[in-house]
Amino acid sequence: MRKVYLDNVATTPILLEAVEVMLPYLREVYGNPQSLHSWGDEAREAIDIAREQVAALIAGNPEEIVFTSSGSEANNLAIKGLAQAQAGKGKHIIVSAVEHFSVLHAARTLEKAGFELTIVPVDKYGLTDPDEVAKNIRKDTILVSIMHANGEVGTIQPVAEIGMKIKETGVLFHTDAIASTGNIGVDVKGLGVDALSLAGNQFYGPKGSGALWVRKGLRLIPLMDGGVQEGGRRPGTENVPAIVGLGKAAELAQRDMPSRMEKLSHLRDKLIDGILTTIDHALLTGHPSQRLPHHASFCIEFIEGEAMLMLLNSQGIAVSSGSACTSQALKASHVLIAMGISHEIAQGSLLFGLGVDNNEGDIDYVIEKLPPIVSKLRQMSPLYARFMKEHRG
Amino acid sequence: MPVYSEKVMEYFMNPRNVGEIKDADGIGEVGNPVCGDMMTFYIKVKGNRLEDVKFQTFGCGAAIAVSSMVSEMAIGKTLEEALTITPSMVAQELEGLPKNKFHCSNLGAQALRKAIRDYANKKGIKIKGLEEKGEEDEEGEES
Repeated sequence: MRKVYLDNVATTPILLEAVEVMLPYLREVYGNPQSLHSWGDEAREAIDIAREQVAALIAGNPEEIVFTSSGSEANNLAIKGLAQAQAGKGKHIIVSAVEHFSVLHAARTLEKAGFELTIVPVDKYGLTDPDEVAKNIRKDTILVSIMHANGEVGTIQPVAEIGMKIKETGVLFHTDAIASTGNIGVDVKGLGVDALSLAGNQFYGPKGSGALWVRKGLRLIPLMDGGVQEGGRRPGTENVPAIVGLGKAAELAQRDMPSRMEKLSHLRDKLIDGILTTIDHALLTGHPSQRLPHHASFCIEFIEGEAMLMLLNSQGIAVSSGSACTSQALKASHVLIAMGISHEIAQGSLLFGLGVDNNEGDIDYVIEKLPPIVSKLRQMSPLYARFMKEHRG
Repeated sequence: MPVYSEKVMEYFMNPRNVGEIKDADGIGEVGNPVCGDMMTFYIKVKGNRLEDVKFQTFGCGAAIAVSSMVSEMAIGKTLEEALTITPSMVAQELEGLPKNKFHCSNLGAQALRKAIRDYANKKGIKIKGLEEKGEEDEEGEES
């Protein structure tokens, strides 16, 4: 059976080149980067190179990179670390309604600790209105966090515009660029941000690798207490292999970005066209054009996402869903609900994340296999039966 | 993704008794799209036995497997016997359900019960086992 992995939004595979550069640091080069002998030097030098590679990918300076264990940690460090460092100036934070939980819940945690939180809405495409953000800035606002691209619906936010709008207020601006970094051009100066989160396993690097870029001179309260690693901003002995792999993945992403984007956006468009023309009552979620090149997400009406996911899996196809049944908490995706999609329609969420290993044949295979799965589930669905009755007159 | 037993997968992939009974003697509908799952059960009664049971389900793999299993367990039973089918019996027959999917087995048993209640109301008869539980058990809103 053909195997088609289309869950690159959950994680990309790791590129062989990244694995190869990591291997020596799992065994031969085992020194602690903080040690002053030659063992330590070797490990430290490897981290320094990775720091340069990651900084280059986002047009930042190497010393502004703080390596973390994941994108979620980077987001937590940004939200909690920046807010706490700014707490003397004010206690108001602004985030969007479609942020990842590592931003949204971090902000909620601060709210419980006495900070005030404003959650700005999004439109039906998942876009945040820059004016809406600017309008909500108060005298005591200390931090704004708006994601660069949304992993569930693929929409790319007008981060640069928001950056321009709020620049004069002096309020710190963080963006969660985990879904976008390494997949589209990300330039911290162009975006006008003060902090930016990224994760290695979103662009063919290792899991357990992430980074927060923080503009030089900005104070950041660490999440944990400990040693002086990462400029005192993130203690703990460095995960050297993961950092080395992240660096290599960043270098490759920068080198191959134009060709990857061209290939993936072509496959994505083919998938979107294929699904929308072969399945009726299917809607594309997120923005039709302002979206990640490797991202296609839908709601298929009258049926539920997990059931589709499992039937696709039985055909060798891997996807995700934001349906309530798919989540451990049995709650519909907060992103789809924030976009004004009803709970009923959100249940039919299906999410495809394309990757560099995919080809035209994979897309043809999905377009062949999905429609009969949809029909099979619709034949069982009381909602579809009701719809058909109502529309037959 | 929850780990389903082989039996759940089998009943999900090849569901039994899917569909609608046009001249059903009783219909029971539970759940709503907001909570995630919706099940409609149709029953055909002959004598005092469930001659046929069919279902339509909007929901996840577990919900479909549960509906399928409940319908199979119910067919051929007397109405009284069918009312003794409990969610845990359904889960057991399916060789277990993930903890967060257990509510699906409640829905299945509730939908069948509701269809039997509908039949009893239409016929104006009392069935042993039907009065013992109140209506609030049958809505499946907790999910």
